Amino acid sequence: MAARDVGDALEAAGVAVRAAGDGDEVAGVRPRWVALPESAEEIAAVMRVCAAHDLAAVATGGGTKLHWGAPPDRCDVLVDLCCMNRPPEHAAGDLVVRAQAGVTVEALARALAEGGQELALDVPVPGTTVGGLLATGIAGPRRFRHGTARDLLIGVTVVLADGTIAKSGGKVVKNVAGYDLGKLFTGSYGTLGIIADATFRLHPLPAARAWVTATVERPVTETYGTWTNEDGLTFETLTTDLAGSLATMVPAVTESPLEPSAVEMDWPDAEGPCTVAVLVEGAAAAERAKALCALIGGALSDAQVTEEPPPWWGRLPEPPAPDGPPGPLGAGTGAGDGDGGEILLEVRNVPSRLAGSFVGPLTAAREAGVHAAVRGSLASHVFHVALPPDTEPRRVAAFTGGLRAHMETDGDGRVVVLAAPQEAARRLDRWGHVGALPLMRRVKERFDPDRRLSPGRFLGGI
Amino acid sequence: MSELERLTERLTAALPPDAVLTDPVRLRTYECDGLTHHRATPGVVVLPETAEQVAAVVRLCGEHGVPFVARGSGTGLSGGALPRTDGVLIVTSRMRRILEIDIPNRRAVVEPGVTNLAITEAVRDRGYYYAPDPSSQQVCSIGGNVAENSGGAHCLKYGFTVNHVLSAEIVTPDGEIVELSAQDPGYDLLGAFIGSEGTLGIATKITVRLSRAPEVVTTLLAAFTGIEAGGRAVSAIIAAGVVPAAIEMMDALAIEAAEAAVHCRYPAGAGAVLVVELDGPHAEVEHQFAAVERICRDNGAFEIRVAASAEERAAIWKGRKSAFAAVGRISPAYIVQDGVVPRTALPRVLAGIDLLQEEYGIRVANVFHAGDGNLHPLVLFDDSVPGEAERAEAVSGRILDLCVEHGGSITGEHGVGVDKARYMPRMFTEDDLDTMQLVRCAFDPRGLANPGKVFPTPRLCGEVPGVRRGAHPLVEAGLAEQF
Repeated sequence: MAARDVGDALEAAGVAVRAAGDGDEVAGVRPRWVALPESAEEIAAVMRVCAAHDLAAVATGGGTKLHWGAPPDRCDVLVDLCCMNRPPEHAAGDLVVRAQAGVTVEALARALAEGGQELALDVPVPGTTVGGLLATGIAGPRRFRHGTARDLLIGVTVVLADGTIAKSGGKVVKNVAGYDLGKLFTGSYGTLGIIADATFRLHPLPAARAWVTATVERPVTETYGTWTNEDGLTFETLTTDLAGSLATMVPAVTESPLEPSAVEMDWPDAEGPCTVAVLVEGAAAAERAKALCALIGGALSDAQVTEEPPPWWGRLPEPPAPDGPPGPLGAGTGAGDGDGGEILLEVRNVPSRLAGSFVGPLTAAREAGVHAAVRGSLASHVFHVALPPDTEPRRVAAFTGGLRAHMETDGDGRVVVLAAPQEAARRLDRWGHVGALPLMRRVKERFDPDRRLSPGRFLGGI
Repeated sequence: MSELERLTERLTAALPPDAVLTDPVRLRTYECDGLTHHRATPGVVVLPETAEQVAAVVRLCGEHGVPFVARGSGTGLSGGALPRTDGVLIVTSRMRRILEIDIPNRRAVVEPGVTNLAITEAVRDRGYYYAPDPSSQQVCSIGGNVAENSGGAHCLKYGFTVNHVLSAEIVTPDGEIVELSAQDPGYDLLGAFIGSEGTLGIATKITVRLSRAPEVVTTLLAAFTGIEAGGRAVSAIIAAGVVPAAIEMMDALAIEAAEAAVHCRYPAGAGAVLVVELDGPHAEVEHQFAAVERICRDNGAFEIRVAASAEERAAIWKGRKSAFAAVGRISPAYIVQDGVVPRTALPRVLAGIDLLQEEYGIRVANVFHAGDGNLHPLVLFDDSVPGEAERAEAVSGRILDLCVEHGGSITGEHGVGVDKARYMPRMFTEDDLDTMQLVRCAFDPRGLANPGKVFPTPRLCGEVPGVRRGAHPLVEAGLAEQF
């Protein structure tokens, strides 16, 4: 089939289309066309053309996480939803908003703030669109209080591989009519259909916010070994105390009747300081923050209340500098391929495994000879780990394997490689073992039997 | 020997001695759930004690091509657990152990037959509770809550069952035991399963989130002369940025019924009462309470009562919680409706209900979760008067039309079940329903799990969309009913 036919067919369907260029690659795979639909009907037209010509399509919003997940098995058309960005329909009296998939979370937040409301998610990647937020299911600090996108999504319109436009849910928060397709599509990496618009429940902007921050100067654990501090104490003694005091302090904060909204940790370098920050929202936030400060001060020194978040708050960890001592695998530099070579992992566990989550990334990093930056939620026990972009592929694999060995021993831990250059990812399992995978495959087969939507991007080659 | 009889022989061989019921008298005790006007005596009832036994039953049903329906405590209000005369009813009432309470990780692992309130009772001493609180919580089962995605008065602030279940072990319609976890990467099958009304399988073990009991709970009762003023107060509370744990409203007829039934002593002359509950840290609740009290007075509340103790709080809630049953005191029969409208459409929809009352000569008592626009109109009728039941049914259906017209939903918490399957096309297009059906086909390609519920005319898995001709094969096979 000639390239011109497809371009003509897309144009005939009334959809803006252009030839793909260098910047349009999906995890290293270059599509042939970029379609720019402006409505669900236009997405449907694109999908019908794809169906008629057996073309594979990948949807993109802000393109900020397009390199996440595995490269597609094939990608002919990039469906760029950037034009689907009409002003959101904000029904302030009903505390809901409906937004097209291409609206950025920043634009949405601005529109909602005018009505004194917010979508209570902290999306950690700037420029993320509503569609991208849902497709990856990414969340931030306040997941502890408000849950993630799946918990705040109340309605969705999707376009399936055959061009069918379907909706589920609606614009009321309380609604149990029919299956909740929104939940199924949240975190599905574009493999079931293309999200055209979404309706969320909102929260009033809190009357006030306050943060309590405290820094742990040397949170190195005993496994790191040989250090001695100024007072002549070995790190073994010091760090056991520290991990222990955090493991006591965090539940004291999260279970406190003062009801913090988030408890986060930033640990950019295993040999440097670690910062803990707690967010308090609502009436009397400052007063409650002061009380929490006293609680934290017992475990960590120099806890203080601030009106502004620390600069790292609600963002993914920056990769650490790649220098430092070589590990047991020997010295050497690797090469990233495209997308800046971002290497990002997500670690989940249950709160009682907190001490293990401190030790896990550190031990795995030491064993694999890499530097790891860790940031995330102490309250919900979800952390992101970043490695330097040029980390040697075999070290990335060794680190991931080591981390899984530490974290997945008790049945509750999960390690997912969100982003890694393909050269490194080939050596590892991005998603880990998932028992319900056969059932997930059956869902994919029903929604996209010809594998035309982001084929191969998701776990198990879905 | 019928297929069901052959299956029953094998079920009897596979399960413990007293776990298979075939005695017609005992079968009849399972003929309906909380929606009593739909009745069907189950072909056979099984009472499994383990997930393996549930899986064995489901596999045998598959081998014999016999449909099955799961049932917890049977309190559902949409006929979701209505049995099939030609099928197996799988009752989870013998699976009622709390398997684990894990306070450090704020979770509990329970079997599906455990009652909702039993979880809270097991952890209350340690300062925790299970947040979803359907009004049947003393008897309804967690398995049923998962099937229906149950809510309750406090879901305005805390969300529904789906927001409080961390993982579930399920038996798929193929008879496989699969763990669905919110922690796992991949499709959110747990989110799709919760609220699927038993059409995607049966939950056999459920891990729920435990919530920390709030520092302070304050409950306030405000009396208004009419429902319009109460509605204005609700809107103003939301506009002020307050998210109460619950905001409930009752109209004059509902108050009259509650008074007759439980002597709740709501303020005399009230045309509407509002129950507002605030919870959270002391400093925050104090601040919000002042705002709510002022808003109620500004909007015409002529009396405000504040519960100063747990007993006083219970007294305020007593009238509200008894309302459904209480209308039995003022009417021989009634239909409990469950619809949702955007909160801002409440005044228009209530006015519409008034017009329907006049048009049909049928009284409607209104009880609702005002904070989230979830109406529970109680349509009152006398079943001894010819034609009145039909008129009540018509009013009940037209109320749902009003909800859909105003952008709402045909059910906020009772589910679709058998009762509202025929209303689904008023809310969803054929494409919407066919797309939901794709999920059904992935889990249950043969359509044996609770057939005839939720969807009006399920497309056969593998059937090509298009104009349907002739009788639907599922209808012919007796597996579905066409509306």
